[in-house]
Amino acid sequence: MLELKNISFDVADDKGQKEIIKNLSLTIDDHKFVVITGPNGGGKSTLAKLIAGIEKPTSGSILLNGEDITETSITERAKMGISFAFQQPVRFKGIRVLDLLRIAAGKNLSVADACQYLSEVGLCARDYVKREVNASLSGGELKRIEIATVLARSTQLSVFDEPEAGIDLWSFQNLIKVFERMRKITNGSIMIISHQERILDIADEIVVIANGTISKQGPKDEILPELLGTTSAINSCDRLEKGDSQK
Amino acid sequence: MIDEIQKRILEEVADLHTVPEGAYNIRANSKMAARNTTANIDIISKEDGSGIDIHIKPGTKNESVHIPVVLSQSGLKEVVYNDFFIGEDADVVIVAGCGIHNCGVQDSEHDGIHRFYVGKNAKVRYVEKHYGEGDGEGKRILNPGTEVYMKENSSMEMEMVQIKGVDSTVRDTKAELAAGARLVVRERLMTHGDQHAVSNYVVELNGEGASADVVSRSVARDTSYQKFDSRIVGNAPCSGHTECDAIIMDKAKILAVPQLEANDLDSALIHEAAIGKIAGDQIIKLMTLGLTEAEAEEQIINGFLK
Repeated sequence: MLELKNISFDVADDKGQKEIIKNLSLTIDDHKFVVITGPNGGGKSTLAKLIAGIEKPTSGSILLNGEDITETSITERAKMGISFAFQQPVRFKGIRVLDLLRIAAGKNLSVADACQYLSEVGLCARDYVKREVNASLSGGELKRIEIATVLARSTQLSVFDEPEAGIDLWSFQNLIKVFERMRKITNGSIMIISHQERILDIADEIVVIANGTISKQGPKDEILPELLGTTSAINSCDRLEKGDSQK
Repeated sequence: MIDEIQKRILEEVADLHTVPEGAYNIRANSKMAARNTTANIDIISKEDGSGIDIHIKPGTKNESVHIPVVLSQSGLKEVVYNDFFIGEDADVVIVAGCGIHNCGVQDSEHDGIHRFYVGKNAKVRYVEKHYGEGDGEGKRILNPGTEVYMKENSSMEMEMVQIKGVDSTVRDTKAELAAGARLVVRERLMTHGDQHAVSNYVVELNGEGASADVVSRSVARDTSYQKFDSRIVGNAPCSGHTECDAIIMDKAKILAVPQLEANDLDSALIHEAAIGKIAGDQIIKLMTLGLTEAEAEEQIINGFLK
């Protein structure tokens, strides 16, 4: 269980201090699928970075399974069981997809096992396992590999920062299936930052963050109807989804 | 004749654990330590003792030549000329390399000058590794000179690696390509401490359809200095590409000088050069996968130089 207690996060800007996260408290229970949504600039990505340890809160505390991890490093949190998929995956010259999956799994993963994770995210494993994670990969391919690294870690908590960002709609339609499947098979809890209605639709719980605070929170059935039609729950193109764009 | 230190260095520079198959000439502390020739590959010492001539018969296929050099005695200084005559239609692998173990106070230096005369339609893969070790104050110095003369439709792939322990190196590589010839160079270099490395290339594309691709990837750490100077000259309808991609760390210095000279309307030449430190988000990404900052840095460098 992850608990955020009275978290605030300030950054310095031209006008002095700016509060990005304001006294926010949130609990992610075990085995839950939680989707965070809300307007751009509301503090969602910052919240994800605070959980992964990439940013440190100005005040408040973060607890994992009751243990205070507020002052621990990114590496320590990763080892404790927190995984984080970047909104913009990082490229590496010379590091192959297989190498990255091996680092993620923390062991000398066999090619067959690595292929398993790639197949999970819809990549034809044979074509990708030996490729470098460099600029030759498209945004959609990188996103899938990023998700595969999180799968390979198979930790207690996986945080995904806007998996739909930067990829085309068609690629994202396929990616949604990956999350739907992940929801079924995972043992840990999943936290996804997303505006996509289909992702919100498979949530146990939806949290809306605006202006650095939680403006709404509750079970999907309760929150989603209120969000439909707003920018917090974007509907994909109906025709594309039904696959009748040719007609 | 070959002791334990020399054996280990041979492993580093030529991946040799035992005596290699095929033709070889092993030079240890300025003397020939072992030699083998085959029906198709002959190795002859130059009469004045300045090096060896390697003759590869036309049509020789799938054979290899190993010519590693080991210096384990402090204070040795030598210049060696090795000439390769590669016959038409041959297809061979040549593995060279030099390792210096210097635990004395005097400088050790090996300057190997390799000249390749590549016959028509011949294919050569050339691998050269440089390595230094030993905790003495004496410097480990390697100044390789490489000259490549390529006849029509021949091809040569050169892989040059210097990852560790060489204090000072000046590498001069010169190539002349006839019509249809193709040269590919992959250089990988890492310098640390106070090391100093200079790599100069001049590639002349003299015949129609000649092509060259010269790429260097390097990492400069501590207070080391690197200079990569690569010049491609197009004297005919040809294509050339040169690239330098470097990671700078600590207080190192890097100078990249890619140059192109077009003397023919139809020469298509491209150069690229990039120098930068390791991106912060690369380190953070690997840390979120459980690596420490130092481990992340090591992975990034290893991948980059692979």
